[in-house]
Amino acid sequence: MTAVVDRPEAVPAAGPEGPDEPGGPRPSAPPSRQWANKLGGFALWAWAIAGLIFILAPILVTILFSFNNPAGRYNYTWNEFSLDAWTNPFRYPDLADALSLSLRVAAVVTVISTVLGTLMGLALVKYRFRAKGIVGGILILPLTMPEVVLGFSLLTLFVTVNWTRGFVTIIIAQVMFSISYVAVTVRARVRGFDWRLEEAAADLGAGPWRTFVRITLPIIGPGVVAAALLTFALSLDDFIITYLNSGLSETFPINVWITKRSRIPPQINVFTTTLLLVSILIAVAVLYWSHRQGRKLAAPGGGSDE
Amino acid sequence: MARTAEVDDTASLRARHWWVPYALLAPGALWLIVFFVVPLFSMGRLSLEDGGLANYANVISDNSTVIVRTFVYAGLATIIALAIGYPLAYVIALKGGRFKTLLLALVVVPFFVTYLVRTLAWRILLLEDGPVVGAARTLGILGDDQAIVGSPFAVVLALAYNFLPFMVLPIYVSLEKIDVRLLDAASDLYSTPWRAFRKITLLLSLPGVFAGTLLTFIPAAGDFVNAELLGSERTVMIGNVIEANFGKEFFRPELSALSFMLMAIILVGVIVYARLLGTEELV
Repeated sequence: MTAVVDRPEAVPAAGPEGPDEPGGPRPSAPPSRQWANKLGGFALWAWAIAGLIFILAPILVTILFSFNNPAGRYNYTWNEFSLDAWTNPFRYPDLADALSLSLRVAAVVTVISTVLGTLMGLALVKYRFRAKGIVGGILILPLTMPEVVLGFSLLTLFVTVNWTRGFVTIIIAQVMFSISYVAVTVRARVRGFDWRLEEAAADLGAGPWRTFVRITLPIIGPGVVAAALLTFALSLDDFIITYLNSGLSETFPINVWITKRSRIPPQINVFTTTLLLVSILIAVAVLYWSHRQGRKLAAPGGGSDE
Repeated sequence: MARTAEVDDTASLRARHWWVPYALLAPGALWLIVFFVVPLFSMGRLSLEDGGLANYANVISDNSTVIVRTFVYAGLATIIALAIGYPLAYVIALKGGRFKTLLLALVVVPFFVTYLVRTLAWRILLLEDGPVVGAARTLGILGDDQAIVGSPFAVVLALAYNFLPFMVLPIYVSLEKIDVRLLDAASDLYSTPWRAFRKITLLLSLPGVFAGTLLTFIPAAGDFVNAELLGSERTVMIGNVIEANFGKEFFRPELSALSFMLMAIILVGVIVYARLLGTEELV
C-alpha cells in the first residue's frame, strides 16, 4: 500500500525548484539512486517547461508586436511602443474585408460541418451496419493527406467542370475537411453512453421531440459544441486548401499572404490578438458549461435546477 | 464491450429501422464522395493527360532534389517535435496534477492564432536583430555573415513548431489511459524507474506516438508556407513547386502528377509504418 501513498495525485507547483521525483523515493532505495531520481525529475520538468516556452514564444511575440510602431512597412523589427494599430485597426480596408469574409465563411462552415459531421458520428456510434468500415475509412482518409493534395485535387475538379472559384468553393473545400474532425470528435465524446435512456424516456411516454430535447441533446451537447468550436477555429486557421480554391476571394490569411511582399502591418497582430482573446474566453465558458452539463446528467433528478 | 447489451436490447428496433444509420450518414458521405473522392480521380486522370506515365517520370527527374529534401525536412521536423512533445505530454499526463488542464490548454493556444501569423512570428524571432540571432552570435554558434532565416534550420524548426500540438495531444491521450498501478507494481517488484518506463509507459504510449508522428509528418511533407516565409531557393519543397506553378485558371498535368505522387508516397509510407509499429489505430 505504501506504493500508492508514495505517488502524489496532485503535484505541487510546477516550478523548477520543486520537481517531483519519478516514482517517489523508496525507503529501500540507496541515497545515490534517490538523488539520481531527483535529478531525472528535475531534468524532465525543465525540458517540459522549455517545450512550453517554445510553444508560447511566437504567440507572445505576436501579441507584443501589435503594440509596435514599425519603422517601415514591415512589422518584423521592434521599433517603439505604440497604440496606433489598436486605435486604428481598420486602416487597411482590404485587410478588414478579408477578416470579415473569414468570419462569415467560418460561421457557414461551422453550421454545415457540425450538422453533417454530428449525424455521421451518431450513426457510427449508435448503429451497426454493413458499410461501417468503408464509411470510417472515408472519414479518416482526408486526415492522412497533406492539405496541398486535398486542395489541389479539389481544384482540378472545379477546373474540370468549369466552376468559378469564390465564396461557395471556399465553403465546399472547408466543409470537406471539417466533417471528419466533427464526426471523429462527436464519436469519441458520446462513445460508451447508455442509449437505453432514450428508450426509457419513450417508454415513460415522452414523444420523440421531448426525448430528443431532454435526453439526446444533453448527451451529445458538449461533444457537438466542442466539435463546432474546433471547426470554427480550423476554418479561421486554414490557409493552404482555402488558398488553392478561393479564386479572387481573400480570407484573412490569404490577404496576408498576397500582400506580404508589400506590407506586414501591425493591424494583422491586432486582429489576431483579438481573435485569440475571444477564442480563449469562449473556450473557458464552454468548458465551464460542459462541466456543469456533465454534473447535471450525473446527478439524480438532474436537469430540473433552472 | 459495453456495446453488446445495447445491441441485444434494440435488435428488433434495429431491424425495423435498418435505413436510419444510412439516412444519418447520407449527406456527409455524399459531400465527402463528391468533393474528396471524386477530385482524387479527377486529379489522377489529369496527371496522365498528354504524356501518360511519362509525366511522372518527368516530374521525378525534374524535381528529384526537391522530393528528397521534402521528406528529409518533414522527417527531421517530426523527430524534433517528438523530442519536444513526448516529454511534455509525459509531464502533463503523469505529473501534471491539478495543473493538467491548464498545461494542456497552453499546448493548444497556438491553434487560436492563424497558421500564417504564427509562422510570421518565427520570422520576427529569427530575423537579423531578432533575439535568437543575437544570442547565437554571442555564443559563437552563428558567424557574423550568417543568417538563420533562409536556412534549412529555420524551415525545419518552424515545421516542427507548427505541428507540435498534433504530436503532444495523441501522446497525452495514450499516456493518460495508463493505469499508474502498473508502474507502482513494477516499482514494488524492484524495477528501476527507467526500466518501468521502457517496459510499460513507452510501450503503452506507442499508439499515441504513431498517431502523433503521422499527424506531424503528413502536414509537414505537404507544406509550403514555412519554406516560403522562412526559407530561400535552397529550401524549396514539393508544396512550393505546386504553389508557384498553379494558375488560378489552368495548370499543367505535371503538377497533378507531382501532387498525386506526394499522396502515393505518403499513403505507402503510412501503411509500412503501421505494419512496423503493429498498430492499426490512427486517431
